[in-house]
Amino acid sequence: MDAPILEVQDLCVAYGKVEALHHVSLAVRAGEIVTVIGPNGAGKTTLLSAIMGVLPRSSGTVSFLGSEQADIEVERMVALGMTLVPEKRELFGEMSVEDNLLLGAFMRRRLGHRDERQTMDEVFGIFPRLKERRGQRAGTLSGGERQMLAVGRALMAKPKLLMLDEPSLGLAPLIVREIFHVIGNLRKTGVAILLVEQNARAALQVADAGYVLETGEVAISGSSAELEGNPRIVESYLGLGGKR
Amino acid sequence: MDLQIALLLAQDGVVNGAIYALLALALVLVFAVTRVIFIPQGEFVAFGALTLASFQTAKVPGTLWLLIGMGAVISIIELAAASRRRGGRRRLTLALGWNLAYPAVLAAIVLLAKPGQWPLAVQVVLAMALVVPLGPMIYRLVYQPLASASVLVLLIVSVAVHLALVGLGLLFFGAEGSRTPAFSEASFSLGDVTVTGQTLWVIGASLLLIVGLYIFFERSLWGKALRATAINRVGAQLMGISTTQAGKLCFLLAAAIGAMSGILVAPITTIYYDTGFLVGLKGFVAAIVGGMISYPLAAAGAILVGLLESFSSFWASAFKEVIVFTMIIPVLLWRSMTTRHVEEEEE
Repeated sequence: MDAPILEVQDLCVAYGKVEALHHVSLAVRAGEIVTVIGPNGAGKTTLLSAIMGVLPRSSGTVSFLGSEQADIEVERMVALGMTLVPEKRELFGEMSVEDNLLLGAFMRRRLGHRDERQTMDEVFGIFPRLKERRGQRAGTLSGGERQMLAVGRALMAKPKLLMLDEPSLGLAPLIVREIFHVIGNLRKTGVAILLVEQNARAALQVADAGYVLETGEVAISGSSAELEGNPRIVESYLGLGGKR
Repeated sequence: MDLQIALLLAQDGVVNGAIYALLALALVLVFAVTRVIFIPQGEFVAFGALTLASFQTAKVPGTLWLLIGMGAVISIIELAAASRRRGGRRRLTLALGWNLAYPAVLAAIVLLAKPGQWPLAVQVVLAMALVVPLGPMIYRLVYQPLASASVLVLLIVSVAVHLALVGLGLLFFGAEGSRTPAFSEASFSLGDVTVTGQTLWVIGASLLLIVGLYIFFERSLWGKALRATAINRVGAQLMGISTTQAGKLCFLLAAAIGAMSGILVAPITTIYYDTGFLVGLKGFVAAIVGGMISYPLAAAGAILVGLLESFSSFWASAFKEVIVFTMIIPVLLWRSMTTRHVEEEEE
């Protein structure tokens, strides 16, 4: 198997004196979808924020594309090919869908690439709905469309690693299915995906491997099939009906 | 008051209003992107005008020493920061280039060549080249380390920066005021009213700057990046838009707008080292009309401030400042009643 694109080792993050992540280790390989599931407050969002450099880590290492990252700064990580679709989407509400997408390619433009129109057509191919709404202000979109725009904007950076924080949050089941369908299809483009989800059933269906994060620690890890068959996970996360 | 006087006052009001509009736009821009209420905006007006005036009297403007001094301090800070971390050589080279080499080149030009005899247009460019970089330097020195401070802290710091700059202005340029020659001696008659060339220059240049800013924000990538930062700082950061660079760019624009305004009005009004503060405050009143977020409302407010000022200076000249600043009270009342209160974002 290839060397991992992202390798996190013994990552610790603390808010003041309260430690939110204790020695978390995980790996994501090229073209792989890895999911991190776990209950609210387990530190899933904290994990993504620390990898991206939004939050400072207190110890541990993060290697991206085979080299250990000493200074983890958001700007640098974006330039290296990492993007994060945050839980709250963080769209530019007063700007058009098209401008939102264009800004997704901000770092690529700065690095000298001029292919944003072509990338935008690819994104429109994945989310035809965004093409229909291209001139509309992002703030006027529906919840599902907003999530599509957030993912589309992240794809505009042509990332090597795409990190998604709770893409199903607050969406109707039909739209959740659509979003997960898209996530599954993204595998073909070769982008590695780190998917944080509370919707464990949907996440494990689409992912190759998974980690269960509980109170800031990796409790269980393994391939998706192993996790789906693990009685503890079935009981706590897949349960009856599955959702939440 | 007859029609002729009214027209004269209106002309005066629009000219001043145009300048206030520029300053209001700069204030709105800086606040939207960095949450800094940039009280020292007015100092750039005075520095721009007085630096140009210094060239004309063949003196070396003190702003040159300020540029060199701040550049040196920033260079030391950047060097110290670079020694603590690995890599970032390109960033360091760039910082040293702008903070050491650039001021040195300007110093050579100002001290060795004699800009006193140069044509006005070249002097204007040189004055801008001296004053405008002070904006991003102030951001780097003062505001960048406070990026996560509250609006109130940033405001208090702005007051401090303002006081420091006014003091330096007195030191550099002395207590007496200066006027610079008009860009154009032409004058036109419109009916009974004479319109001077400088009036047209001020209005024309202001309009041009406003249109230029509009195009910058609507069309260019960096313009959009600044708007994005103003709308959603976290989102912009995740796109790789550095908050620091956005801040520096804003301060660069604000300083350029300020210095240009000063250079434009210097032939019309005598500028003293502390004139900038009052001019800046009137721009601030206009920015308040726009709620610190709306550019068109701020520009409209600025014209209103200009007209109010010129007409009140005719009827009650002793109270003209009072009248202008009192305008802020009904505006605030109106705004607090019509807009719903939005909690300030906590970071």
